[in-house]
Amino acid sequence: MEQATAAPLKKTPLNARHRAHGAKMVPFGGWDMPVEYTGIVAEHLAVRERAGLFDVSHMGQIEIAGKDALAGVARFSSNDAAKLAVGQAHYSGLMSEKGTFVDDLLVYRLAPAHFLMVVNASHIPDDYAYIAQRIQPAGDAVAVDASSRYALLALQGPKALETLQPLTGVDLSSIKYYWFAHGEVAGVRATISRTGYTGEDGFEVFVPPQSADKVWLAILESGKPFDVIPCGLGARDTLRLEAAMRLHGSDIDDTTTPVEADLNWIVGWKRADFDVLAGADVLKSQKASGPARKLVGFEMLDRGIARGGYDVYIGDAKVGRVTSGTQTPYLKKAIGMAYLPVEHIAAGTEFDVDIRGRRTRARVVPLPFYKRDRR
Amino acid sequence: MTYPANLKYTKDHEWIDLAGDQGKVGITDYAQQQLGDVVYVELPEVGVKLKQGQSFGTIESVKAVSELYSPVTGEVVEVNTALKDKPEAVNKDPHGSWMVVIRLTNAGEAGALLDASQYQDLVK
Repeated sequence: MEQATAAPLKKTPLNARHRAHGAKMVPFGGWDMPVEYTGIVAEHLAVRERAGLFDVSHMGQIEIAGKDALAGVARFSSNDAAKLAVGQAHYSGLMSEKGTFVDDLLVYRLAPAHFLMVVNASHIPDDYAYIAQRIQPAGDAVAVDASSRYALLALQGPKALETLQPLTGVDLSSIKYYWFAHGEVAGVRATISRTGYTGEDGFEVFVPPQSADKVWLAILESGKPFDVIPCGLGARDTLRLEAAMRLHGSDIDDTTTPVEADLNWIVGWKRADFDVLAGADVLKSQKASGPARKLVGFEMLDRGIARGGYDVYIGDAKVGRVTSGTQTPYLKKAIGMAYLPVEHIAAGTEFDVDIRGRRTRARVVPLPFYKRDRR
Repeated sequence: MTYPANLKYTKDHEWIDLAGDQGKVGITDYAQQQLGDVVYVELPEVGVKLKQGQSFGTIESVKAVSELYSPVTGEVVEVNTALKDKPEAVNKDPHGSWMVVIRLTNAGEAGALLDASQYQDLVK
């Protein structure tokens, strides 16, 4: 039986705005969030072809500061934070002592000894408790759960820059991919980051919660000539899957490692302080011996849509499970990701997905499914 | 959206358009709104025998999978194969997008289905 949850859903500063826009609201990770406004397909296509605006204020922000902040980050974050310049960000894993994902996160270097971590909404308290405990041996480094200090808006799509530029004095074209700058947006103090979770160009804008609505409306107004529309978490999920960006809780979790998730690039293997990273020994030996299974992308050959949790078969042997799957609005095919034994991960390998009792043919394909043209 | 008076409805949000001993079956406007963008419809073969309330297929939106339930007991005599390639028709015209035609074997069941105003009350 499911445990009853008495806690009321949390609301972002834009909750009333979403309801006024007529968004369909759903519970997500303890939050009352918009899943769609005009429809997932329309919103997905808007982001691929024009731009869409997402409220991702439910995401958590944890800051680490102190003269040993870098040494603190090195103890839990898989990527090499020493390589980050001030003003730069990267994707990383929050590693458990088993070398698995407590969470995944973006790490921003705000100052030489001041980092900002953006983490998944449902994990904020656990991530914070783990990080606070994990950095203690580093020395002078303090973690603060700063989530309530930020609202976060994501403007994503080929028209993102043209939409946002009139609202800010920051030269957006000078912000490189995975870099950020401080300035004002619509007269509001903001941090503007050229990042996102859609596979498109775009910006994530951190603003004070009390000003979120003002910035939200200003961006939509500025985007009117390009038909920029508000988007919900439904399209965010289909967009990130087309771009093969992992979702914690589905594609990666505390039972899977970056090596298995085919994310070796987010592990700072060569960093001098690698051994202080939680799970470093597990990661090293798994990289040396090779993992038994790996996350792959697939597309369906037979008609049918594989969903997260469906079993995967080769012949009669159950060999894995689908972690994410959908019919993609842009590529217009059924795609997904699954963990498969490494003997069966070569592109072109065929296998079966059990779709509600029916064996349905699928084929391993290279990731990502969708890659934007970079001009 | 108004619910056409010539259709009968179920609590599972299917409609049936009865004509003689046969009826076209689809899902309601309320159902398509709840589902969101429909991307896949899986329908039975002609000749399949169904009991009232039994699943005759599945409908999938981008996000979710739902079962389709037969409003009546009977046999599938026709299948709208056009929905295979145009599943979005269910969103655009839910009360015009029939899925199967069922020949009723227990005509009495139809009388117990909801009429338009009863269904409207159910979903308001």
